Amino acid sequence: MDAVVVRDLVVERGRRGVLHGLGFAIPTGQLTGLLGPSGSGKSTLMRALVGVQRVRSGEVTVLGEPAGSPGLRRRVGYVTQAPSVYGDLTVRENVRYFAALYGRGAREADAAVADVGLAEAAHQLVDDLSGGQRGRASLACALVGEPELLVLDEPTVGLDPVLRAELWARFAALAAAGTTLVVSSHVMDEARRCDRLLLLRDGDLLADTTPARLRADGGSPDLEEAFLALVRASAGVPA
Amino acid sequence: MTAATAGRVLRQLRHDPRTIAMMLAVPGLLLGLLYLLWKDLPTPPGQVGVFDRVGLTMLGIFPFVVMFLVTSIAMLRERTSGTLERLLTTPLSRPALLLGYGIAFGLAAALQAVVTVAVATTLYDLTVAGSLALVVLIAVVDAILGVALGLLASAFARSEFQAVQFMPVIVLPQFFLCGLLAPREQMAGWLQAVSDVLPLTYAVDALQEVGRSSEVTGRIWLDLAAVAGTAVLALALAAGTLRRRTS
Repeated sequence: MDAVVVRDLVVERGRRGVLHGLGFAIPTGQLTGLLGPSGSGKSTLMRALVGVQRVRSGEVTVLGEPAGSPGLRRRVGYVTQAPSVYGDLTVRENVRYFAALYGRGAREADAAVADVGLAEAAHQLVDDLSGGQRGRASLACALVGEPELLVLDEPTVGLDPVLRAELWARFAALAAAGTTLVVSSHVMDEARRCDRLLLLRDGDLLADTTPARLRADGGSPDLEEAFLALVRASAGVPA
Repeated sequence: MTAATAGRVLRQLRHDPRTIAMMLAVPGLLLGLLYLLWKDLPTPPGQVGVFDRVGLTMLGIFPFVVMFLVTSIAMLRERTSGTLERLLTTPLSRPALLLGYGIAFGLAAALQAVVTVAVATTLYDLTVAGSLALVVLIAVVDAILGVALGLLASAFARSEFQAVQFMPVIVLPQFFLCGLLAPREQMAGWLQAVSDVLPLTYAVDALQEVGRSSEVTGRIWLDLAAVAGTAVLALALAAGTLRRRTS
């Protein structure tokens, strides 16, 4: 069964169209990368998946229910681009609070803190952490609910390469265990770690592909080059 | 989830000792100033002294003002930091969130009221005919009214600058018309009508009643019900301002 089905999704902000009739489906247990330059509509699409975005028309079905249904709040985890955690609480206090909202205990909370590599910083106030650590604290608050669908908006921004690799390995492990993940990034280098790629540009789905297929279609082993080739081809500009 | 939210709000407060210290000490210090101001003023026989009357009323006004400010800023932060949007994607319901805030700041207000009442009655010889426990109860209900109006006001503020300015807008008219600055009977008819629908009027009336009478009169309970009812109404309206879907 598909974890996410999007049909003819149109989102407008003010008079400006942000998404112009997107459609795609994501099977359960897939690690899907949502890639595209900033301003391409990635965050808006993710907000629509978790049901906090007002949509103009179209359908978003998540785990068999319309996006944003009350029943989905236990089953879907969402991490915004800017870390949304309480700066005046410690990492552990933050994660324990979200654990309580998802009906989990202190032990699961501590495990989630360790999972994102913050065990050592568990007692520090979030305000005293580095930007990357803050982002991971925010991620732990979603992981603790053990959601079936995880929607992560640029979770690896500002992280060093080692941590980035660790987090992607963690996402792959979650997907292998049956969690569906939608992860956005504007770093094409991260695309190679995904099972599936949705390339967005100016609110349109430029390609629904896989890393291997993107390399073949773009005629380059480098994903960034391949993406650019695709953009040029779609705009009618000779490569 | 309400308890978890109340606990979280209190934990945030605990990491901010200066706010706690100010919350607990400032009302007592300000009362001290009023005490010194009126200490040597002669009281005509058979009348209640100015400090006994005004000081007692202040015990209800401080928690209202402080909690209004603290809550509207806290909720505004919740909105601007993205945590509110995140909370609305979790199983936490909107009433549970607001109730959590109400309970947390209500508890803080109870502590504040106990400290202030203790200081007022021991250091400043504030005399109250009725029960001090009732004074604390009225103070807590006032604080909850402040929390509820603060949560509601925060929906109309986009920045902290705007949020703090809602304080004079919401609080001062209620203070001017509550009967403390001029007796309500002597107000122009329309002002009295306005005063009749402002919740702080009833809070002040309840405190005056406790100050005058050693008995717990029905009027006190009616006053308290009016204050609590307004708080519930404001909380319900505030819940309506928490939109899950935004553009």
